[in-house]
Amino acid sequence: MRRAALILLPYSWLFAFFLIPFLIVLKISVSDPALAIPPYTPLLDLSEGWAGVKAFFAGLDFDNFKFLASDNLYWKAYLSSLQIAVTSTFLALCVAYPIAYGMARAPDEWRPTLMMLVILPFWSSFLIRVYSWKAILAQEGLLNQFLLWIGVIDTPLTILNTTTAVYIGIVYTYLPFMILPIYAALDRLDTSLLEAAEDLGCTRLQAFWLVTFPLSRGGIIAGCFLVFIPVMGEFVIPELLGGSGTLMIGKVLWEEFFSNRDWPVASAVAVILLLLLIVPIILYLRNEQKQREAGA
Amino acid sequence: MAQPIKKPANVFAPWADPNAVPLIQFKNVTKRYGTFTAIDDQTIDIYEREFFALLGPSGCGKTTMMRMLAGFETPTEGTITIGGKDMADVPPNKRAVNMMFQSYALFPHLSVWDNIAFGLKREANMDKERLNARVEEMLRLTRLEQFAKRKPHQISGGQRQRVALARSLAKAPKLLLLDEPLGALDKKLREETQFELMDIQEKTGTTFVIVTHDQEEAMTVASRVAVMDHGKIIQVDTPPRIYEAPGSVYVADFIGDVNLIKGTIRKTGPEAYQIQYADNVPPIEVTECAREFSDGDKVTFAIRPEKLLVSETAPQDRANAMEGKIIDIGYLGNISTYHVELPNGQMIKAAMTNATRIDRRSFTWDDTVWVSFRSSAGVVLPE
Repeated sequence: MRRAALILLPYSWLFAFFLIPFLIVLKISVSDPALAIPPYTPLLDLSEGWAGVKAFFAGLDFDNFKFLASDNLYWKAYLSSLQIAVTSTFLALCVAYPIAYGMARAPDEWRPTLMMLVILPFWSSFLIRVYSWKAILAQEGLLNQFLLWIGVIDTPLTILNTTTAVYIGIVYTYLPFMILPIYAALDRLDTSLLEAAEDLGCTRLQAFWLVTFPLSRGGIIAGCFLVFIPVMGEFVIPELLGGSGTLMIGKVLWEEFFSNRDWPVASAVAVILLLLLIVPIILYLRNEQKQREAGA
Repeated sequence: MAQPIKKPANVFAPWADPNAVPLIQFKNVTKRYGTFTAIDDQTIDIYEREFFALLGPSGCGKTTMMRMLAGFETPTEGTITIGGKDMADVPPNKRAVNMMFQSYALFPHLSVWDNIAFGLKREANMDKERLNARVEEMLRLTRLEQFAKRKPHQISGGQRQRVALARSLAKAPKLLLLDEPLGALDKKLREETQFELMDIQEKTGTTFVIVTHDQEEAMTVASRVAVMDHGKIIQVDTPPRIYEAPGSVYVADFIGDVNLIKGTIRKTGPEAYQIQYADNVPPIEVTECAREFSDGDKVTFAIRPEKLLVSETAPQDRANAMEGKIIDIGYLGNISTYHVELPNGQMIKAAMTNATRIDRRSFTWDDTVWVSFRSSAGVVLPE
């Protein structure tokens, strides 16, 4: 009885704040746009009884999804988002692994400080941090001024409003999500395993590849999903740092909602994004489950 | 006079042979961590095929000794040689030494088979057939054949212990180091495994060095035991000699139960002494005392509880008999321990086999009894 009550709590939370909103979005995605408040039709009118319900369901169709399939802007945006998400996840991994490794090998008294430094950026607004990258990456920004001053370049580089700026922004923003799970995995690693590997004839490098790396795989997979999933739908970073050349589905979604005020098409875009993300989310959960079983 | 004791022939005792060449030599080895001295100027020899135990309380430096042999620590001063070769610049992965870790350190992502094969795969000229044959041999030796495919978390603690042993033996090292190998097992399994270890050591002919804080374990498995304290080896000897002829009060007290009686000594003949331990009581008669003392020396007389006899009347055939009162009786099933208080307040522990049923015993709490022992039963130690 108590167990059932305990399980009920997270499920009712999911029901209220995930399933119901999702059903509303799903409903809008199969509606038609209208010049009204709310800007779509049909609306469920229960005052007409059974006839009203019938009329409501008759008004629903999949036209918006057909439209998404017919206009190549959308699938190009999905593909481009996917490519940016995959690339920036890989870049974040390359930057995060050495940092996490350094943290896990640091003397005990240093670790809380290092951990603090990784989490510290969360104390300021995400928006402010992305804005400050504008100041750094702009034509007359700090980075160009610095590079000109030390004489590496003669003319300022164009970084802002390119896809490069988007990658920099994404890797910077999502780095802690990659570092923390990898650090947790490396921190759990028993150092006597490395001594055992050396004792059995491994060099330090072999011990890393044969022991450390495979044992941190769970952390790597968790980190990759934690970066990949939100980056797929990322909107603010491409909006602020990317130019018109950077096509991402999050930006398209924003345009549909607020510029075109076409809620049904925007909802259809959101529903497909969610369906696409369910695959990696399930894979992520299965990875977590496997980690727990191996740890037990 | 005692009869000369007949010794069995062909006893394994290379340490007694002046021509034997030791496999391992510690020469004036000191290890310091900052200002802390973990090992203080120690010199010992360990011979091939020995089962050598480093025994001591935690923090006595025994693990440091072992880690220096494995190559994880380097001596601050002095040299360590293995097979005559100075080990100072040889890293752990280049030593013909393998270690069985206290935590077993099994690779959790590899199966039992792959754990055992791990070291063999690192060898340059190892072909697949030889590797397979060797792993199978190790699995057979440790009776793990049916667990080869399992991961370490899918087998029991005792099986994990055997995997760790198989993995460290797979490369046929000259020297195997065992760091508290049985610490994680329960008592019964530990006792069985001790005999298994001895069997395997005999079968493979490998030199074993074991680190343990469990004196029973050291006594059971080892050919020689080194008792350590505060970075120093106090005594190196065979288990019977460590037990019966401890060289100091520390060793006598650390190994097993012992009664320590302080007194003043007086010589009465060759290897014979009397120890006055209290006023108005007859002195303790001691014969076959190997150490020389001068009259009036302060000494400690050490005698094991099981060498004592508790009886209602003073027996005639024993040189020493002390009268006392039973304060406590500990019934352990096979034996009982009696705590007997002597008139001077000294408490004596005596262990007696329960040869008859407990209700046939003729003395109990608060009874006056005699505690007696032979003149050669104890050891006299300098204070």
